[in-house]
Amino acid sequence: MTKYVAKRILMAALTLFAITFVLFVLIRIMPGNPFPVERMSAEMILQKRLELGLDKPILVQFADYLKMLASGSFGNGTSLYNGAPIKPIMLKCLENSFKIGVISILFGTVVGLFIGIVAAMHRGKFLDGFCTVVSILGVCIPSYVFMIFLQYFFSYKIPFFPYFFDASNFLSSAVMPALSLSLFAISTVSRFTRNEMVEVMNSDYVKLAEAKGLYGWQLMRRHVLRNALIPIVTVIAPLVVDLLTGAMVIEKIYGINGVGKLMVDAIAGQGVDYNYVLALGIVFSALYIAIMLLLDILYGIIDPRIRLAAKEG
Amino acid sequence: MEKNYTPQKEDFQFITERNLEIDSTFTSQGYWRGVFVHFTKNKFAMTGVFLVSLIIIFAVFAPLLSSYAYDEIISVTDDAGKEIVAKSLPPQFSNAVAQDYFSAKTFIFGTDDMGRDLWTRTWQGARVSLIIAFVAIFIDMLIGTTYGLISGFFGGTVDNVLQRFIEIIGSIPTLVIISILAIFMPKGIGLVIASLLITEWIGMSKIARAECLKLKEREYVLASRTLGAGSFHIIFTQILPNTIGPIITQVMFSIPVAIFTEAFLSFVGVGIVLPQCSIGSLIEAGFNNITILPYQILPPISVLAILMLGFNLIGDGFREALAPKLENL
Repeated sequence: MTKYVAKRILMAALTLFAITFVLFVLIRIMPGNPFPVERMSAEMILQKRLELGLDKPILVQFADYLKMLASGSFGNGTSLYNGAPIKPIMLKCLENSFKIGVISILFGTVVGLFIGIVAAMHRGKFLDGFCTVVSILGVCIPSYVFMIFLQYFFSYKIPFFPYFFDASNFLSSAVMPALSLSLFAISTVSRFTRNEMVEVMNSDYVKLAEAKGLYGWQLMRRHVLRNALIPIVTVIAPLVVDLLTGAMVIEKIYGINGVGKLMVDAIAGQGVDYNYVLALGIVFSALYIAIMLLLDILYGIIDPRIRLAAKEG
Repeated sequence: MEKNYTPQKEDFQFITERNLEIDSTFTSQGYWRGVFVHFTKNKFAMTGVFLVSLIIIFAVFAPLLSSYAYDEIISVTDDAGKEIVAKSLPPQFSNAVAQDYFSAKTFIFGTDDMGRDLWTRTWQGARVSLIIAFVAIFIDMLIGTTYGLISGFFGGTVDNVLQRFIEIIGSIPTLVIISILAIFMPKGIGLVIASLLITEWIGMSKIARAECLKLKEREYVLASRTLGAGSFHIIFTQILPNTIGPIITQVMFSIPVAIFTEAFLSFVGVGIVLPQCSIGSLIEAGFNNITILPYQILPPISVLAILMLGFNLIGDGFREALAPKLENL
């Protein structure tokens, strides 16, 4: 097990390093100019380039950048546009996004599991059909469309929740974004849970347990759920990725100061802010890789067969 | 299944020569014929086909038949007989309803805040979104399939290198890829297609590789090899035709993802630029005016939802038709 985990961690670290390198090089070799040219004279640009060390060879620049990352600051530490340091802003934004993201993933998974289990237990009946409709809705309505509707009806028509995100009133303003972000999670998890459970329920050992007289919740908990849950761990990884994308739009709609909004501003705002794009790119990738790693290890713990396969391979 | 079968008189008669002749074997059914039969029997899948074809028909013909161009700013005469730009008119289905507004012009979905007809724009947008999705996914399919087949067939070092490459590309979140592209490229259709090209082929190649690994051990591959066929000949004439089923299923699931990505990019502001329009940019425009003119957002959202639903249903139906389970027969 230790070997398996060590191998995974090493692989993840290597991947992250490769990604950082690729991102860095791509942004450096890019044609064009990282500065707002129209507001600066040629001399100012030259001076700024020297100041930022852009005249050095690219590998030296990369080494400098890594040093900076290791010391805990991002980019050249500041936004190219307003000169404000990146790190505190990004931390603040990460905190907001993280809170809402965690709430929606937890909520989505729990509700999804519940719906899936109910559907599987009432297979072929009305409740099953109802759950299918819910999961189809979740797949074909993007989370931001749901968010727009929620905002229109519950903030504008009936002013129950705040119209824009308000950090001082976190609880009531987190409800709508978390709900709409969890919609996709609910539908995916419920559909997957239902199918897995139906498959397990058709297996011989469940039939045996039934024959021995186990029924209802006992049967579900002891025999079905345990085995059905293993593959469900795998769907959560794509969900997290989807969450990043979904959060980007929802943060824009609801005016949340989050990383998604920061990224949108960096790429679609007045001009592209290279330092932000690089810093956010690295943070996103690191987050993503860390989650994948965590799930891989978790999967190994839950399912002994994976560990064995890794040992042999 | 029939319950309580009452024996008929004929059941006890001897089989005659004639009866024996009728009891013939059925002609064997081809693989694709079987898939087709299963698919058309599936009510959900057929609903999907219906929904998608409906949207496609409208997307193709509605802009052609409309009396306005999608980027035309329409002017109308108001009560006082003055020419004004038809800004933000609510939906009007017939001239009778429109009488207190203006003369002889109908706007089924109303007009947007620039005075353009939303009916035309919605279908033009659907057209753009569909074209982007089809083009991008088609190229993805070509790249992904080739990559996956080569990786799976040759195995060993080739496979190892190709798979590590995929692993690295795959661990960059789509968002990051899009942001990098947004720096390199001008906003617009090109950016959307490029980001779809980079992200969507990976899934395709994984499926092609898995299929190839299964198929390359088959006897007919060995037979072909014995007869002197080269690797690429085997890959493209022996293995490829047998991987088409799963790949088409993947394509069906990728198209809604592509439409969704386009809508997302345009909404965020790095997609389609005005006066061009797509589903995403229309939703964005509708969202900006939602408190004053809530009807503007409904058409593009409905089209998006119908397309997503339709393609998902088709994909599900296709997957079931390719590998029918006994309980569904």
